[in-house]
Amino acid sequence: MKVSMTVNGRTVDADVPDRTLLVHFLREVAGLTATNVGCDTTSCGACTVLLDGQSVKSCTVLAAQADGHQVTTVEGLANGDGEMHPVQRAFHLEHGLQCGFCTPGMVMATVSLLAENPRPTEEEVRTGLEGNLCRCTGYHNIVRAVLAAAEGGDI
Amino acid sequence: MIPAPFTYQRAGSVDEALSLAAEGGDDAKFLAGGHSLLPLMKLRLAVPEVLIDIGRLSELSYVREENGHIAVGALTTHHDVASSGLVGSELPLLAHAAGQVGDPQIRHRGTLGGSLVHSDPAGDLPAVILVLDATLVARGPAGRREIPAGEFFEGLFETALEPGELLTEIRIPRPAQAGWSFQKFTKRAIDWAIVGAAVQGDQVALVHMGSTPLRASAVEQALAGGAAPADAAAHAAEGTSPPEDINADREYREHLARVLVARGLAEARSRA
Repeated sequence: MKVSMTVNGRTVDADVPDRTLLVHFLREVAGLTATNVGCDTTSCGACTVLLDGQSVKSCTVLAAQADGHQVTTVEGLANGDGEMHPVQRAFHLEHGLQCGFCTPGMVMATVSLLAENPRPTEEEVRTGLEGNLCRCTGYHNIVRAVLAAAEGGDI
Repeated sequence: MIPAPFTYQRAGSVDEALSLAAEGGDDAKFLAGGHSLLPLMKLRLAVPEVLIDIGRLSELSYVREENGHIAVGALTTHHDVASSGLVGSELPLLAHAAGQVGDPQIRHRGTLGGSLVHSDPAGDLPAVILVLDATLVARGPAGRREIPAGEFFEGLFETALEPGELLTEIRIPRPAQAGWSFQKFTKRAIDWAIVGAAVQGDQVALVHMGSTPLRASAVEQALAGGAAPADAAAHAAEGTSPPEDINADREYREHLARVLVARGLAEARSRA
């Protein structure tokens, strides 16, 4: 079917099979490969993107369901001058990653979390990121990064 | 993993959804948030030939007060149920439980109606709807009808809905007793409950203790007969038929049911 959506402010149109998942549309049609396919079973959160501003797991959304909607991937966070988004900067400064595979999803889940709860407690950060798995860090620096981003405001 | 091929159709209204379902017959399924159906399709546990996307029917996404009950549109997401001020003040058990489903991303997409029609005995919300004595409103080829929650869940993944019928609304009366609790025992945050218990006043329902959500009738009868909560909770596993799986055998689930009901009754009383 013909699908048209706005991805990071740019219109992306394509005629794709009805069963195309949003994550494959983003990676293979829009050419935005930062969004990772991890578990492919709605568990790990590596494929998290924003759909109309809310975090979703793009392995469990059809491209057809996103037709006509706004999608933001991690590639869309930095501003036009390449200046990092405050959440990206916080993950960088607090070293909220090791291998980096989960990071695009972690960052997008964090952007959504802070949009809903700009000043979360540490516990709220931990429960707010329950849908994102990291096998390297033990989460400590990720939680620090989210708290630092919230502390800095201007999300 | 991607699902087996299917034809995607999009309904612009409830009437259109019903007529597409009538055309599609047994090969068609409604798609709401897709967070139960799409994972099943990826695993080939469901292979519909036609998906009828009802996700854009905004007329089925609402929470409102009507004649003494709270009406929730079937397409209201878990996130919207959990953050509704009206649900939070009138039905705090439902607001809390909706906020415990899956994880934030799942709650942004998954819908209350979807989780009920999926009828997974390990799901949280079917037990909550059961303990709250809700009424489910469905529309279908034969018109509109109301189904009490106690008659809705018929078995594993089976409900009282007829082919081509669509759940449109969940009506929940104001609870007679205010105290509530929701207890869920899982290994990891996003897992389904190994066992769960929903408590509203002296009413108790169990998650994952049979092929459907169950009212803990023996507990309710004991409470009605004047038993202390801790004594009543000892009856929690009576009349249940818990499944056995990699997480728990029957005996362990029965133990969990007694423990979780005891905790739930104690917490509910502390909030009454």
